[in-house]
Order: sequence, then structure tokens, then C-alpha cells
Amino acid sequence: CCLSAAAQTGGVSGRILDENQQGLPGVTVLIEGTQLGSSTNAEGQYLIQNVPAGPRVVVASFVGFSTQRIPVTVTAGQTATVPNTVLGENTTLLNEAVVIGYGTQRRQDLSGSVEQISERQFVKGQVTNPEQLVQGKVAGLQVTTSSGAPGAGSVIRIRGGGSLSASNDPLFVIDGVPIDNRDLPGASNPLSLINPNDIESISVLKDASAAAIYGSRASGGVIIVTTKKGLQGEKLRVNVASQNSVATAAQLVDVLSADEFRALVNERGNAQQKATLGTANTDWQKQIFRTAQTTDNNVSLTGAVGKLPFRASAGYLDQEGLLIRNDLKRYTGALSLTPVLLDGNLRVDMNVKGSWIDNNFSNQDAVGAAVYYDPTQPIFSSEGRFSPYGGYFQFLNNDGSINTLATRNPVSLIEQTRRRSTVKRSIGNIQLDYKLPFLRDLSANLNLGYDIQRSRGTSVTDPNAATLTGARLGRGIFEQYARDNNNRLLEAFLRYNKQFGSSRLEVLGGHSYQSFDYKEYVFDDRDVFGQIFQQAADRPINGKDYYDPGYRLLSFYGRANYTLKDKYILTATFRADGSSRFGEDNRWGYFPSAALAWRLKDEGFLKNSSAVSDLKLRLSVGQTGQQDIGTNYYPYLALYTPSRNTAQYQVGNQFYTTLRPGFYNEGLKWETSTTYNAGLDFGFLDGRISGAVDAYQRNTTDLLNFIPFSALSNLSNEGFANVGDLETRGIEANLNLGLVRGEKFEWSINANANVLRSEITRLTNVDNPNFVGNPTGVIAGGVGNNIQINSVGYRPQSFYVFQQVYNSEGKPVEGLYVDRNGDGIINGSDRYRYQSAQPRAILGFGTNVTYGKASLAATLRSHLGNYVYNNVRSQAFFVQNSNGFVNNTTSEVNDSRFGSAQYFSDYFIENASFLRMENITLGYNFGNIYKDRANLNVSFAVQNLFTITNYTGLDPEPQRDNNQGIDNTIYPRPRTFTVGLNFGF
Amino acid sequence: CVGELEQSPSFLSNTDTVYRDPAQIQQALTRLYATLAISGQQGPAGLPDITGIDEGFSNYLRQYWKAQELTTDEAIIAWNDGNLPDYNRLTWNANNEFVRAMYDRIFYQVALCNDFIRQTTDAKLSERGISGDNLATIKTYRAEARFLRALSYYHALDMFGGNVPFATEESSVGTTLPPQTNPAALFTYIESELQAAEADLPNAGPNVVNYGRATKAAAWTLLAKLYLNSKTYLGNSSQDRWSDVITNCNKVIAANYQLAPEYRLLFLADNDRSAANREIIFPINFDGVRTKTFGGMTFIVHAAIGGSMKASDFGVNGGWFGLRTKKNLVDLFPDPNGTGDKRAMFYTAGQSKEISDIFTFTDGYAVTKFKNVTSTGQAGSDATGDFPDTDFPMFRLADVYLMYAEAVLRGGTGGSQADAVRYVNLLRTRAQANQVTSLTLDDILQERGRELYWEGHRRTDLIRFGRFTGGNYVWPFKGGTPEGRGVSDNLRIFPIPTTDLTANPNLKQNPGY
Repeated sequence: CCLSAAAQTGGVSGRILDENQQGLPGVTVLIEGTQLGSSTNAEGQYLIQNVPAGPRVVVASFVGFSTQRIPVTVTAGQTATVPNTVLGENTTLLNEAVVIGYGTQRRQDLSGSVEQISERQFVKGQVTNPEQLVQGKVAGLQVTTSSGAPGAGSVIRIRGGGSLSASNDPLFVIDGVPIDNRDLPGASNPLSLINPNDIESISVLKDASAAAIYGSRASGGVIIVTTKKGLQGEKLRVNVASQNSVATAAQLVDVLSADEFRALVNERGNAQQKATLGTANTDWQKQIFRTAQTTDNNVSLTGAVGKLPFRASAGYLDQEGLLIRNDLKRYTGALSLTPVLLDGNLRVDMNVKGSWIDNNFSNQDAVGAAVYYDPTQPIFSSEGRFSPYGGYFQFLNNDGSINTLATRNPVSLIEQTRRRSTVKRSIGNIQLDYKLPFLRDLSANLNLGYDIQRSRGTSVTDPNAATLTGARLGRGIFEQYARDNNNRLLEAFLRYNKQFGSSRLEVLGGHSYQSFDYKEYVFDDRDVFGQIFQQAADRPINGKDYYDPGYRLLSFYGRANYTLKDKYILTATFRADGSSRFGEDNRWGYFPSAALAWRLKDEGFLKNSSAVSDLKLRLSVGQTGQQDIGTNYYPYLALYTPSRNTAQYQVGNQFYTTLRPGFYNEGLKWETSTTYNAGLDFGFLDGRISGAVDAYQRNTTDLLNFIPFSALSNLSNEGFANVGDLETRGIEANLNLGLVRGEKFEWSINANANVLRSEITRLTNVDNPNFVGNPTGVIAGGVGNNIQINSVGYRPQSFYVFQQVYNSEGKPVEGLYVDRNGDGIINGSDRYRYQSAQPRAILGFGTNVTYGKASLAATLRSHLGNYVYNNVRSQAFFVQNSNGFVNNTTSEVNDSRFGSAQYFSDYFIENASFLRMENITLGYNFGNIYKDRANLNVSFAVQNLFTITNYTGLDPEPQRDNNQGIDNTIYPRPRTFTVGLNFGF
Repeated sequence: CVGELEQSPSFLSNTDTVYRDPAQIQQALTRLYATLAISGQQGPAGLPDITGIDEGFSNYLRQYWKAQELTTDEAIIAWNDGNLPDYNRLTWNANNEFVRAMYDRIFYQVALCNDFIRQTTDAKLSERGISGDNLATIKTYRAEARFLRALSYYHALDMFGGNVPFATEESSVGTTLPPQTNPAALFTYIESELQAAEADLPNAGPNVVNYGRATKAAAWTLLAKLYLNSKTYLGNSSQDRWSDVITNCNKVIAANYQLAPEYRLLFLADNDRSAANREIIFPINFDGVRTKTFGGMTFIVHAAIGGSMKASDFGVNGGWFGLRTKKNLVDLFPDPNGTGDKRAMFYTAGQSKEISDIFTFTDGYAVTKFKNVTSTGQAGSDATGDFPDTDFPMFRLADVYLMYAEAVLRGGTGGSQADAVRYVNLLRTRAQANQVTSLTLDDILQERGRELYWEGHRRTDLIRFGRFTGGNYVWPFKGGTPEGRGVSDNLRIFPIPTTDLTANPNLKQNPGY
């Protein structure tokens, strides 16, 4: 039959042009209803072979252009030539293939809320982490980088997140592999191991209809990353890109100068404090920050060797941080092979990505130290008493020992510690999609994937570092850590796709198994000479030198898509997930969803309208889940934690390690979010105006919440239980405007907005009006002080503060707060909830202007109604003490003139609404050079050009761990100037 | 494939493996003692036992010490951590996180003890193949666990008034909300538990092998405390138990404990090895290398250092500028320098006796009683100078002498005035203070202040003497004013934390909160 099949096929060839009659390279050309296809070469030409004879439709599609369908008749043994086809640019992109869970869909067929950002729209400039590519680009997606350090982590929230104690992170799926988002020691951000240059598109699944196919992990939304691939029939193309940038700190914390500091201490200090003053003038922040340089070079090879399309790429990034000694070197390689075998019946998609990062973290404690360190002190001193500490000035006790309460010299912190890590990650998969020969509409898909991470790191403290005390001095510290993450994936699904007259049906059913295995190694406490400092490290009871926790997820899922007359689209999904984190009775969670879309545009009354180019109504409802409670892998089992050697207890004259029975909750189960979404996609004036508006409501119930347990009822005072409800409502919109679409001049604008409000609707099993809520948001100053609270009826992480009383001049009166409950006593009962770190609105704005060969792109972001606790200001008070040193502070100390800590005053909560110029890029495309064999593109980009805000601190977007809205000396976000060269041939 | 969802770690034990192995059973018992000293399984911080508060703060001894001392005329703390200053001012409420930490610690310990006692019944042990000598040893362990549970329930009675949640080994983990008990029932329960455990407890008397263990003498001392304060717990109209105090004190005194030759030795890094260990009946043990915490003695030693004090004199690497004393304690002594009474251990250079600002370390004399140096002046074993070796003497013979004397003065039988005076003079002789010939109850309160200050007895003592609340006795910042003022009687017991009232609808709040 193979022979006869070969005899009955022919070829199709043609050329695709843009509106300027230039050949369009990289256009996907497919024979409709088959998996046969190719992509155009540099001249826009394509050739598709082995096309079954008969009448066929050639579909030519390209991101950013409208798709064209051209009928052609294929004759066996001949190559049919298709007339030149012109693709018009199309901002509505109705035919664009959008990546969704387990497949792709035409944009016009989407019933859920999905936004896809392709390479063309990515944020430009020096982008180190993939999530930064879409920062400010997607309505409802909030990306906040936690610091300005290279490779720093980001907090990513889709529609605000729906959890309190469990993870709010979206699920990342890279080329079909859901990756492990567990933090890795030695890598501030596991995503930084993915080279953004290899990414073709990023798809954000926002509502339950789109995300529920990922079931238990989809409550935070899903982000699907698709990397670039080679295409069949493509000519070999080489692309070399090089970006070089310099970065400076946009702003430093505005602390007192040495003279101002001297004046302050002389005015308000006691004799002991005045005596600590030095004679130097040191701007500590200037001493630890620098102008940082970065080079980012990437080369890729795309094409096909015979029938084997491939893409191979290599990247090298060497990024300096603003902080001295801080840098990141990343080596990446990626290979993808996408052959189509067995007469087009077997499509293979194989991807291997590898990366290697060398981090030098420097000592980031210096960032805070530089803010607070006494500016009248020198960096070095020749006095003999400092020589045991490497000659760095430090605050010492009278006996020459370190004053352990004092901040350490910021420069010494950096120079006397080395914190390095090497992290390797490989993500890969092989996906086989086989069209069953006996049932052409049915295909079987098998996906085997892995995500492996290896982290090794050391932290070395010099023997003479002032952070050491006692016998550590002179020996130093050599700390090691290591972890292996092994994540394996097996997916298998069947897909049935059939056109019945004017309706189309796609049914998909599958099974997934994913394992997460970790090895957490233990090391001895050693000095820098390799000698064991104290006792040998503890070993797990099985005698290994590592702990090896892990968990498993097992799933069954299905989806049905039914499209009638291209007008009515019905989608239903279902997923059953089992997790080893839960006991047998609660192990399985079931996550259904349904969506309905109505393309009004194709109704008779709009069909011929030239004003309305698209109109689609979408309605969806569905459930997603959350099971990620961090490193709590066995929360339902009664287990005993052995004590480390440093937590032994002496009985008689012997010391014993102990065994502690741990908290467990046999009833623990998934938390469930139910999301309702109503959306309208629209396009007017031939797509010049297009966009979508979505209103959504998410109710999370059975929150996996870390809550107080009734005394005596369990083996700790707090633990995880499914208690609490959270409600989030919001409206989000995106709007694309093609303002000018001329021959030479084009101007388009993209804007997006998300207005949301979350409210905790239940926190406890029993209503108790006296229960104020669960404190959160640890601040600097004192120990264990929380400034935020999760309370019923309020937004999560609301600030919980005293109401400051002001005098007639408008100055705060120290220690005087409003007795809000009127009981005559000012105590904890008088604190109230005031605003939240969560913005009320998140806005993004982008524009692209092209004039001839020149282009200008810009991205702006804005948050409105987000509040920040200015922890730097709240530490600006002056106490007369005999600590032996005085910390520097901001000019706030002279405004409020506080003489003691007033950490909980609402005086320090500031409106931190802002508008940030994220990126502006000027490009020039030289077009074809060197006898049309090559193409050259040059760009100049500035990131973080300006921020408009009334916030008085360094940055209106402080972010540490999961705590938004507490600003205490963050690593400044750099302002970066990048020159980029892109050379293709 | 679905079987893959059954995962359990090979690096941790479970109930079934632990209670088959006598060595692991001992580790589980030792953990009950450790609750008093450490805050988690990592040491000094990490793998915390309880949460909701900074781990160092959550430590049992640290909270016990703060609740018993900061609220009285003996101590004040400079830190502005959360609602901590409410202790200095007696203005706490049911949302105070330090009150909650004490409460949570107490019941955490009871829950752990319940679990141990539940797993070590004769039936369960034989089911798991424990027999012979092991069985006898574990019987002792079980009695020790019962003592530790009684001790924590005693703290619940003393600090939270006895209207507290109650559960024993009969209840199971994770299913039921405990009912609220009452002072009389809890009093009787503690009494009966101590009496029942006594027979199986290790023998009384100074013994290196039993140092740190709950011996019979520990049970007698706790019974004496329970009886001494019975009118506080059960009301003034309740039957007095002074004679029971004397009976139990006599048992302890007969057990051959001996006063340390010098007062200072009791509070030094080698108090587990020096002659001090013959006076200590029940300590909480610390070690700079092996028992690390940011609570306990680390807190008591570091927090008391500040101003111009040299941390190295205390065997640690730095002061935390927190704890000082009030003038009331200083005035109990003939002079602050220790000339007339060696027990006056104050640091006065650069410190003022009066306190005008709570948050200034140099306001108020510092106390130099607890140190991480040995009797020969060597620093403790932690080379970094962070963590002391010094054990906390929770029960010691001097306290028993003073309880005996007080019970005699209050009319108990079974003792004599002459012995009461003799015991007090033993303490005064050691302190090189002048002798007394007679005693009044006020003398006892003052002597307890001089002998036992900063050892976690003061709040209970002041309440027993009617001086804690009301306005008949004040100290700086009592009630929030610099000179001090009277406060409401409901403050004699702490409130049930709102967190537990919310988690457990069986509970009703203490009066006045």
C-alpha cells in the first residue's frame, strides 16, 4: 500500500509575498486537513511534497499576518504551482495558531481566556529571564522582579492569585513539560535557566476553561512557553545576535550625608554616641554599587537536513550586577528536531535544552548595610585594632572584639565573603504524534519528558571577616550546599478530530504521570582550611548523606471541542488528579470546566459589516485546584523528625538527639477555585481596533491554609488545613489600535488593564468577631514584627497598623495613636486594617512605530492603588543609647523627630502607585545586505528609563519572598542601556 | 501505577517504628524534656515546633521567663517587638502574641506528652514486642512524661487560671476539639498525676546520672508549689494546704540535696558539673554546642548585657541591650554592690537606678546573675560565643527552704518556726548577709525576691501575697505610667488567646478580657 500511496501523491510549490511584494520568509504553509507542511525560505518560496492527489487547500499563515487559503488541485507525480500569494498584516490575528493545553487552536476558535504573546511583541532589551519577556504585555499578568540582581526571581501572578498559604505561582509548561517550580538553592530563579532567546511564544491561560485541563496545578493560571523550531523544507539559516549593555542604579536610597549625620548625632546624641563619630565622608552606597556591563550572545542554526528539520542554538550571557562582585554567567544550548515520518503520519517533536549558570551572588547583606552604615567612618583604617579584621573599619568593643549588634562595614561584607553556585538544568522531551492509519481522524500522542536540575554552591567567609565571632575568627567558614531535582513526565493521549459538514469535533483523552524526586545533601560545618569546625553533620536515619523527599502526580484528562458553522464553539474539559501529598481518602481531585463562545461576526447581520471585523462572546465556568504546599510532601503522615546535633538534650551526663512527632492532617485535600469568566473579543474597522474585555470572578474554597489549630488537638499549634475562602473579582481588557497602516509608516498601540479586588470571605471554621486574623509580612526592626494581616472581609495582606495622631503643624506625635476602640488603653486592639499591597489596577501600555526601516517600540507599566510600608523610613528614629554605634538613616529622622521605634504607625504606609517606562527600543533594519544574502538589524534599548511615583522610597515595587509591599533596602533595579545587533544569513 | 501515590520517606521514622525500639523511645522521651529548652529540631533555629511567632520567641523558657518576670517589679525589657511592651506595662490583651506563645508552648508540650503516654501503655508496648528490662525502663520514662505533662498543666493553671482546654492520652490526634476544664478539676488532676507518677520516677537526691531528669524530688517540689498557691488557684475560701506544702518540702530536704557553697555558682556555665548541681532539683539544660536556641539561656544571658558591660565577662560575644531591673528589686538589698548581701548582682556603671524610658537600656540597673562562664572564669563551650552552657535552675533547694518557711508562717503543721528561721539563715549565711532571728510573711516575700529573682517565680509570688494587681504595691511602668499605678485584678491570669477561642468553640474567655 505504501507504493501505491507514493504513486498517488504530488507536490505543491509557490511563493508568499508581503504587501510590498517582498518574499516573506518563515511563513507556515500547510495542506489543510493534513499534517503536511513547510515553511518559506528567505525568498518566500515553499515546496511541499507527498501531498495526496486531489483537490486541496493550501493554508499560509504567519504571526502578525492574516491567513490565506488557496485551493489547488494536486496531480499525482507532478508539482502544482500555486500563484504568488500576498499576506496582509493583520492585527486581529484571527487565524493565528494559539498554543493551549495539549495542542493549538485558531484564535477565532478559542472559547477560553487565553492571551498569546509572540516574539515580535516581546519586551526588548537585556532580558535575562523568560517571564520578563511578557512583563506589562498581558492583561491580568503581574510580574514583579524581586531585586535588581542578575537572574533574580520574579513573583508572577495571574489575576492576583487565589491562595493564601499555598502557592500562587502559575504552572509553567515548556514545550509540553510542566516544569518544577520549587526553589533551588544557588539559583534565585529557576526560570533564569531558560534562555529567552530560544522562546517563540508565551501563552497565558487565565480562565478555568483554558487552564482546567491542567487540573490541580492550574489555580494560579498556566503559562505555556513554546520554543523555536525548524521547519521542513526550510533553507539553512544562521542567526547571530549580540547584545551589549551597561547598567546603572536608577536611584539610591536618600540617606543622610556624612555632614548631615554628624549634625544629627551632635544635636541629639549622648556623649557616648558623639564619641563614635568619625571624620571620614563615605557614601557607602557608591562604594558598593558600580556601572555594570553585560554581554549576551546567541547563535542559532535553523533549517532542515533532508527530511529532518532542526534548530540548534547556543547562548552565552555574562551579566554583571550593580553590586560589586555580583555576576551571572550563563551558557545555554538547545536542540530541537521535528521530523515528520511515515508518510506524514508520525510527527516527532524532540527538544533538549541545557543550561549552566555560574552565579556569584556577592554578599547582598551589603545592600542594607550600605544604607544604614555610619557615613563618617572610613572603609579602611590603619589603626592596629582593626588589623585582625583585614584592616576594615568596624565597630569594636573596648576589648577589641566585634560589637555584634552593629552593622558590619558594607565593603568588608562583600570583600570577605564569596558566595558562588553552579546550577545546571536540562529540560527535554520527545513527543510522538502518530496518526493511526486505520482511522485517519484519530491520532495518538506520547510525550516523555524530564526536567533535571543540579545545584552546587559554596559560601566562604574569610578567616578575618568581622561577621565571625569567637573561635570562628581565624578559621572562617566554608559552607556547602547541594541539591538535585529530578522531575520525570509521561503523557499519553488520543485525539480525535473530525469535520462533519459544517461542524467540527475534537475529542482528546489522556493520562499523565509526573514524579518529583529531590536529593538534599548534608555537609559538615567546615572552616576554610577544610577542617571540621564543630560536630559532624547530621545524617538521615537511613545513613545516607542526603534527604530524598518527593511526590507524584497522576492524572486523567479529557477535552471536547465542538464548533458549529464556525459560529458556535463549545468546549468541555475534565481532569482527575491524584497526588501523593494527600491521604487515600482525599487523594483525588476532579476539575471540570465548560465554555461557550458565540462568534457574532459570522451571523448574517454582521457578516458583511465592514465596521465590525470581529465580535465574539465567551462564557466559561470551571474548577481548578492547588496542591502545592511547598516542601510539605507528606502532610497526612505521622512522622518523627530527628533533632540535629545542635538540638540535642542532656539527660544525666549524656546528650541525646531527640525524636519529635510532627503535626499531621489526615483530612488534608486539594483547595479548589471556581472561576466564572465572561469575555468579549472585538475587532472594528478591518481589525484596526481590536481587543478583548473579560470580567471574572474566582472563588477559592477549602483554602490550603496554614492556620492555628485548637490547643491539644494536634502536635503543633498551627498547620495546614482546608479552611477559608477567598474571592477575587476583576475586569481586564486589552486593546490593540492600528493607528496608521501606511506603506512606509505604521503605528500601533497596545494597552491592557486589570482592575481587581480580592477579599477573604472565610478564615476559620467558627465565626469569632474577636479573631483579628493571621498576621503576615515580617518587617525589619525588632524581631518577628508583622505589619500585615489576613482578615475576613479584607484584602489579603492588608496593612495592620495604628492610626497616627498629628499635631497642628501636621507632624506626627510620637507614640500617640487613635484609641480606635475607645477603651482608654492603646494596645494591640487599636490596630486597624489600612490598604493593601495589592494594586487596585494594573496597567500595561505598548506602542510600535515603524517608519521605513526604522522602528520604535516602547512598553510602560503602571500600578494604581498599591500601598507600601516604607520600612526604611520607619527605622528613621533616633535613640540615645550606649550601643557603641549609630546607624545612618534618611531625612525622615529630622521630619518626624521620633526618638523610639514606631513601627506600627500608619504614617509609614505610602501610596506607591507608579508609572514605569519599562523599555524603549529604537531599531533599524538595514534589510538585505551583502548581495541580499544577509540581513542586519541594529537596535538600541533603554530599560527602566524612568518611574513616576509619589512613593518616597527607592522603588514602589518592593518584593521579598511572598511579601509584597514592604520596602526595606532592596537591591536597586538597574537602568540598562543596550545595543543589539542581529545578523542573519 | 496508582500505587505510586503511596509515598513515605525512608529518612524519617513513624510511630510504629519508633515505639518498637527502646533507643528511639528514649529519644522521644528526651524530646519532651527538650521542649523546655529548645524551639525546634534544628537548633538554634529551624524545623520549629510551633509557629505564628518568631521561633526564638516561641521558646518555652523564654516565654515563661517573660511572663513571670517582665510583668513584675524585677525586670523590664527595652525591645519594641510587637506587643512585647504590654508585659512591661500590664496592658496585654487576648491578641498578644507573647501570651499566645506561652499558651501554645504549654499545650504543645501537653500534646507531645499525651502522645508519648498514649504509645507507652503496657498493651501497646507488648503489642510492639517490648519486654523485660526494657519494659521497666520505659515505665520510668512514662512516669517522667506524666511529670512533664503535670508541670505544663501546672503552668496552665498558674498563668491561665485553669479554665483551659484539657486532653489526656485518652484522646486522639487531629479529630476532637478538647473541652474546657476548670481550676478545681485541673488542680486535682495535676495532684493525682504527680502522686501516681511518683512511684515510678527516678529516685530523689543529687545524682549525676539523674541530673536533669524528673526525679521523685521534682514531683514533691511541684506538689509543694501547687499546695502553696492553692488559694490563688481555688479561691481564698478553699481548704488551705499549708501542711501538705511542709510534708513535701520535708521529703525533698530529707533527700540529701545541698546548698551550693557560693550563690553565684548556681548561674554559671558549669552549674551542671560544679557543686551547684547538688542544689539543683530540676534544671532546664543547655549546652553551647549541642543544645542551641535563641530562647532560653541564650536570651536570658545576652538580653541582660548592654551599656558599657563587657560581653566577654559573661562568656558571650555580645549584648542584646534588653533586660534590666527596677528599683524595687535593688532596694531589697542593703546595697547594690553585693557588700551586704552577695546575692545583689547588679551592674551600675553608666546605668541609672530610675527608669524614665522603657526603651533605653541604661535606664535601670543591669543584672549580672546569669553568665556563660564557668566557676573558674572560662567561657562556655560554644566557640562562637553565641550559645551558653548555663542550665536554668527551675527548682532548687533554696526555693524549697523558703516554701517550707512560708508554709510554717502561714500555719502549716509538720514543721517548726525554728527550722524556718534556720533554713532562711542558711541562705543568708551563704550570701554573707546578716542573720535573722524571726520571720514575718513580708520577710519571706522579700527573701524570695533576694534569693530567687530572675528565676521565674516572681509573678506567682506577688499574686500569692496580693501585691501583683491593685494599687497597694506598684513599680515603675506598672499600668503604663513611669511611677506605676494600680491595675485590674483580672490581670492575675492571662487571657485565652483569641486564636484558640476561634479554633475551639468549647472555650470561654477568662473574666475581664
